[in-house]
Amino acid sequence: MDEDGLLEEAYGLSQDQRAELLLGALVCVVVALLVAMIAFVFHEAWPSFAHNGVGWFGPGGSVDGQIQAIFTSGELNQVAVWTFHAWPLIWSTILITAAAVAIAFVGSLFVAVFMVEFAPDRLKRVLEPVVRLLASVPSVIYGLLGVLVIVPFIGDHLITEHEKASVTPVIQLSGSSVLAAVLILTVMIAPIMIAVFADGLRAVPRGWLEGSLALGINRWRTFWKVGVRTARPVLVAGTVLATARALGEAVMLSMVSGGVGFSPNPADGLIFLFEPSRPLAATIIANTEQLSSPPMKHTLYAIAAVLLFSAAMLSLIGWAAKQPMKRYGVIA
Amino acid sequence: MELRKPPPVRRLSGSESVPLRQPPADSNAHANGHGPAFVGRPRRAGASPIAIDRMQVEQLSVAYGAKRAVDSVSLPIRQGEVLALIGPSGCGKTTLLRSLNRLTELTRGTSSTGRITLDGTDIASMESTALRRRVTMVFQQPNPFPMSVFDNVAYVLREQASRRPKRAVLRGAVQDALGRAGLLEEVADDLDHAALRLSGGQQQRLCIARALAANPEVLLLDEPCSALDPRSTKLIEDLIVKLRDDVAIVIVTHNLQQAYRIADYVAFMYLGELVEYASAQRIFGSPRERRTKEYVSGAFG
Amino acid sequence: MSALGASLSPSQSPPGRRTGASPSWRLSDRIGLGFAWLLGLLFCAIAASIVLYFLIEGIQYLRPSLLVTNPTASVNESQTGGFLDPLLGTVIVALMAMAVAIPTGIGIAVWLSEFGRPSALARVTESCIEMLAGTPSVVLALFGTILFEAPALGFLSQTSRGIVLGQSFFAASAMLSLVGLPMVVATVREGLQVIPSHVREASYAVGKTKIATTRRVLLPAARPSLITGSMLGLGRVIGDTAVVLLLLGGTLTFSNANSTPVLGTLRGTGDTLTGYIYYNAPTGDGNQPSKAYAAAFVLMLIVLALNLGVDFALRRSRARLWN
Repeated sequence: MDEDGLLEEAYGLSQDQRAELLLGALVCVVVALLVAMIAFVFHEAWPSFAHNGVGWFGPGGSVDGQIQAIFTSGELNQVAVWTFHAWPLIWSTILITAAAVAIAFVGSLFVAVFMVEFAPDRLKRVLEPVVRLLASVPSVIYGLLGVLVIVPFIGDHLITEHEKASVTPVIQLSGSSVLAAVLILTVMIAPIMIAVFADGLRAVPRGWLEGSLALGINRWRTFWKVGVRTARPVLVAGTVLATARALGEAVMLSMVSGGVGFSPNPADGLIFLFEPSRPLAATIIANTEQLSSPPMKHTLYAIAAVLLFSAAMLSLIGWAAKQPMKRYGVIA
Repeated sequence: MELRKPPPVRRLSGSESVPLRQPPADSNAHANGHGPAFVGRPRRAGASPIAIDRMQVEQLSVAYGAKRAVDSVSLPIRQGEVLALIGPSGCGKTTLLRSLNRLTELTRGTSSTGRITLDGTDIASMESTALRRRVTMVFQQPNPFPMSVFDNVAYVLREQASRRPKRAVLRGAVQDALGRAGLLEEVADDLDHAALRLSGGQQQRLCIARALAANPEVLLLDEPCSALDPRSTKLIEDLIVKLRDDVAIVIVTHNLQQAYRIADYVAFMYLGELVEYASAQRIFGSPRERRTKEYVSGAFG
Repeated sequence: MSALGASLSPSQSPPGRRTGASPSWRLSDRIGLGFAWLLGLLFCAIAASIVLYFLIEGIQYLRPSLLVTNPTASVNESQTGGFLDPLLGTVIVALMAMAVAIPTGIGIAVWLSEFGRPSALARVTESCIEMLAGTPSVVLALFGTILFEAPALGFLSQTSRGIVLGQSFFAASAMLSLVGLPMVVATVREGLQVIPSHVREASYAVGKTKIATTRRVLLPAARPSLITGSMLGLGRVIGDTAVVLLLLGGTLTFSNANSTPVLGTLRGTGDTLTGYIYYNAPTGDGNQPSKAYAAAFVLMLIVLALNLGVDFALRRSRARLWN
């Protein structure tokens, strides 16, 4: 009887109050842990930022050389070297992430529209589980696919010997490149976006779509103007989700993007697609062995802090983008 | 003061319908006193000067799979008249309505025989979107799009034009449509107001305005007032009667009083069959068919 | 006269004279529809080729013996053994992480949905969970290394010569539970929120407390969401590599911390399938693509089984709910 709360507890707090306190405590613990994590990361990152100032984000010399110098100075207990200019890594991250998200967005939107509205029934029944399956495939498998298929293909068939020779003094073109990274990253985040978009499109009230059809607007236009428009908050949410995944993708990108702290220059022409680089998250993975060296540790934490900050900014942007949509009653 | 004797107990006998109360003198509901009593004066002000044939339904039968929803129905739809489709639930009146703009094609497994013509042309031979611009529909649940009032009405105009029209050009047409729907005064000062924030009655009138913006020849209404309060219902009924000279109107309604108030012609359907099609005067006064009489007097429904 | 400019009602203009009205399907519409078809079919092709590729390669290289042999370090590819330990490692890590993530996630979701006072704390919690969802697992892994190297937490891993190693199954599972947590919270919370308020009101009206209502009415009703959320979280945990690389030690086999069987293993280092694949990819130290293919195939089978399990459980729960 007491268990169901039909009789009020005789002492002190009621069942509900106790539950609320207990759950509230749990929430507080988790929140405290997360806040501590954020604070800790930034605290550990501070020395690297302090020593480099704003130049931390700028260009300046070979990033790989700087990493090496930082590591050895700590390892050999010399005077700590802090010089670090992360621009090539930042540029690589921006380039690869932006390209992949842009391509994936367009593709995923059309595929989601196709999947929800225009695909024949049998195809629909096959597509939905396939999308879900692809969205849950671990990223390391995509990396494997990239390394064993895409990279050799690019290296052997798309890059000419002449192009390789032209850049030999500076870098080596081996197929691990911007192009490989963008391709695999797009294929990786597209299913996630498709799944989220499709859910949002399916949730559009049928009354709106039927109303539009009954006014003589054709199916494509109806779905595009009413359905997709209504689902705009979902589009934003899906894009933010995918961008966050892309930003934080360390393992897969470290396998296919080239592993060299080089800054691909679009001004070089199309060859820049074949140039190797290394985004921020992959840099952390590549240097995990070097965590024992204090300056290295602080530098890696600084990179992590930048990633954390970007993730937070993304959430904020997503929230801000949804606000104007709420005005006309689009459910955000 | 003498005690009044209580009125004698009336006994209901057989199939004869008994009036529940004395009809007021000015009601022109029936000629022989045995019909149902409908209170109040109907809004239709006599026969309209216009009676243009717009659509013709010829022996239409619609089936969902094996089940026949509409069975060999033929009737005319004229501009200048309000046609009310009445009947109990499941009698096929909504299916018939939705066949008029081929919305039945959206449901899988629908098959139909017979012909429906719009201004002489078989609607099956037209493109469905072209048809639906000339025969527009207002639904039971108001369904304005999640946009502003202006955008809702302008939606049809924008999507039908070859080139995206400027807002100034649209403004006139939008205001015209809102005026015809009787909503203009209420929203005139803020056409950018979110449509979903209007009241239910306003939303439904917005849907009517939206349907009128396409300048249709026929306006179909599927129980438009069933989700609305009485005041909004009255506004919309007044609107419908006013519109009948411009557009042919077909309204499906569950509410016999409503049909009595606004219809010029009534089609009573039962289990897919068209039981009787006649003027409202006849249907509500002295219907020919027994089933019509029973339904109209409330014996079943 | 375009359909726009007509302020004349159709009764005054003869029917059929609606010149200027554009055709129902404009060119841009046709292009759009065609593009949707094209991309849809392209996606099918890509998906099919990915699945087929791993299927073919995996079957080619997978032998049942691989599933039950321990990996051994060797230069010769035929002598490097199977991946039993990494496979078990995946299972262990997944179970431990979800054992923490699921109850915690439910608790947080219930608090957010049914209680949620003070509202400032609720907003902060929502933001934190959202941030956690978007945080790269590398960052979580990095944080974990510091956290578990602290002497206070030394009992969770091995200590040698006064330096806490900080890498163990405990450490990895703890961080992985953070990886799976946001999924559980988000889906359970949504599952609770879509329950209409009259269900709650009916329960309160007969005198039940909020917590009893939640336990006996709301959570069972939200079971499909719970299952989905758990499976999604589990999928993320199984597929994660970064945390594993930093916090699990990357040893080919389990290395026991001391002699106690279970606890020792959990305090010791090991590997998971994802780490094993990374190690054996051409970019890794092991560089044995054949083993990587086989392990990838097994991993994909696990993921597939997980997805099918979700579908099946959802269908059964829904059937029961509607009955």
